[in-house]
Amino acid sequence: MTSLRSSNSASPWRSAASKRVLLAVFGWSVALVIFFPIFWMILTGFKTESAAIADPTLIFSPTLESYQAVQARSGYAHFALNSVAVAFGSTLLALLIAIPSAYAMAFLPTKRTKGTLLWMLSTKMLPSVGVLVPIYLIYRSTGLLDTRTGLIIIYTLMNLPIVVWMLYTFFKDMPKDILEAGRMDGASTLQEVFFLLLPLTLPGIASTGLLSVILSWNEAFWSLNLTSSKAAPLTAYIASFSSPEGLFWAKLSAASTMAIAPILIFGWLTQKQMVRGLTFGAVK
Amino acid sequence: MRLARHLPLTSLAAAIAFAGQAQAETELTVATVNNNDMVIMQSLTDAFEEAHPDITLDWVVLEENVLRQRMTTDIATEGGQFDVMTIGTYEVPIWAERGWLSPLDDLPDDYNEDDLLTSVRDGLSHDDTLHALPFYAESSMMYYRKDLFEEAGIEMTDEPTWEEVREWAGKLDGMEDGLAGICLRGKPGWGENMAFVSTLVNTFGGRWFDEDWNPELNSDAWVEAIQFYVDLLNDYGPSGASSNGFNENLALFSRGNCGMWVDATSAAGKLYDPDESEVADSLGYAPAPVAETPKGSHWLWSWALAIPASSENQEAAKKFVTWATSEEYIELVGETEGWTSVPPGTRKSTYEDERYTDAAPFADFVLQAIQEADPTDSTLEPNPYIGVQFVGIPEFQSIGTQVGQTISSALTGDVSVEQALDSAQRATERAMQRAGYLD
Repeated sequence: MTSLRSSNSASPWRSAASKRVLLAVFGWSVALVIFFPIFWMILTGFKTESAAIADPTLIFSPTLESYQAVQARSGYAHFALNSVAVAFGSTLLALLIAIPSAYAMAFLPTKRTKGTLLWMLSTKMLPSVGVLVPIYLIYRSTGLLDTRTGLIIIYTLMNLPIVVWMLYTFFKDMPKDILEAGRMDGASTLQEVFFLLLPLTLPGIASTGLLSVILSWNEAFWSLNLTSSKAAPLTAYIASFSSPEGLFWAKLSAASTMAIAPILIFGWLTQKQMVRGLTFGAVK
Repeated sequence: MRLARHLPLTSLAAAIAFAGQAQAETELTVATVNNNDMVIMQSLTDAFEEAHPDITLDWVVLEENVLRQRMTTDIATEGGQFDVMTIGTYEVPIWAERGWLSPLDDLPDDYNEDDLLTSVRDGLSHDDTLHALPFYAESSMMYYRKDLFEEAGIEMTDEPTWEEVREWAGKLDGMEDGLAGICLRGKPGWGENMAFVSTLVNTFGGRWFDEDWNPELNSDAWVEAIQFYVDLLNDYGPSGASSNGFNENLALFSRGNCGMWVDATSAAGKLYDPDESEVADSLGYAPAPVAETPKGSHWLWSWALAIPASSENQEAAKKFVTWATSEEYIELVGETEGWTSVPPGTRKSTYEDERYTDAAPFADFVLQAIQEADPTDSTLEPNPYIGVQFVGIPEFQSIGTQVGQTISSALTGDVSVEQALDSAQRATERAMQRAGYLD
């Protein structure tokens, strides 16, 4: 009897534990698969050019020669500064436009709101190259080619649909009663937004902003096409190490590692806010 | 009183502004590819800026295909983003015809235009006027491992044929662990596998188009050449040959993994450098092999510096392109970087300089290959186009890449050679009809 009771009580515990272990193993496996290319890139940056292209191995004598070659050739700081300016500049601008839009759509919807939202998202379905020539011509005649302002504008336009969508979802999840209570107490629309909506949805806004920064940081098509030297960000810096003749993988990896390092550290430091924001309102 | 107090400050500001104006600089934006020669050119920026204190250089370095697309967008929309562009023998005549490039018909006397190699100069001219200045030029040739040839009892001939190469590849293959008998380009792309394949087809007696622009991609000569190429690489090539381009094969050969390799003459300097190559001591070289005809058996390519017509700094740009392609520049590279690093294939004087010929034993050989390559007469039967390893029409980039992909799929065995070439023929016919060459 005793043994039966103990086996009964152990079994659910054991199954819960094994479930947890299984889930942990699965989670780690997925994380490793996702991280592996980045890990391999970091590793390759410390190899010689011939070792980088040889059969893949984890055992090699590390060298800093690729980093030295990369450092010797071009001004990393200039490209990095451009990346910071355009990624944060465009995110700020996108949030400034998206917060009022999302507010209007979430709290004052009309019969066209859903359609407008879908239309906004549909602009993301058009391949960028399809609008390259018109955008290039507009930028040429407005003097925006190879300027940070030009990149900030295009990145804002690029990220705006996703930023509006995310903010709309976060705002929608917020109980309307709180805003109504504010209104009853005599709050104006601006006060409602600044003192009630923004503080309560801050995790969501932060994660939206972070996502926008990451998307802008990694964008390559527009940065390669609309800049040449003055406003070129880190994606153009990476592209400059790809070579049609001669070995370049180690140098390219070293340059890429240096290019992703700031955003990787930034992501690491803000991961708590990011996860909190992305799961905001998911559990009620 | 207030004015008097501020006078020194105002004067100082005016003086600074005036000084700034007096030293007004022209900023030249130079678009280029990332290869050794161009990296050296960038490292010598200071030398140019010291000699021309009124000009500063801004570099835009991009991967070849990205650069090409970026420059085409800019030049076609008259964006004016670049003052100097690095383009090849394929683009120069096409872009010059459209009026996109400034003609270089008033070069300074000390530039010594007659010193440029004739074939290279012709390749960069339109209506007998230079539209770009050659930075370096290359042809193709065969590299082989002399130690393995000796061990296998093979004697290299003066003019090797593809049949001989096949026989030698069979003997060399597997002689050492991981040794492939021969390495050739397999990575799809008009500038990758099709550069090599076009020369192979030329020497097998084929051509891209007849004189009325009808494609001939499923002709007997094409079928024979591509079947030979596919069999050779599948029997004696390295594993994964269909993903190997110039860089991959350079790495394989320099590590000692290939018995033979047919590719660009520009690889010679790297293969002879013991720091970069494990086979520097045993490196042998020979002309690109031939089959039915020597015509078009080796290519001609030149990276050149051109000034887009949309540039607002024409004079400063001309100063830069003449400096970077001058005898003085070659001398500067030789003195600072070593004589094997000078840009090859552009000037007769380079090959008359003992400092270069002593450092580069392959120099005369490369010169001969470049001089013999004739883009205007590259096939056994007459053709309507200019180019050895490419067809000098704007549509060729997409046609060449598409055909390259079908040939690559024949190499991997996904389709037969006949199927691949029939499909390539149909696709090329459609493209030529759309472009208005055919009815």
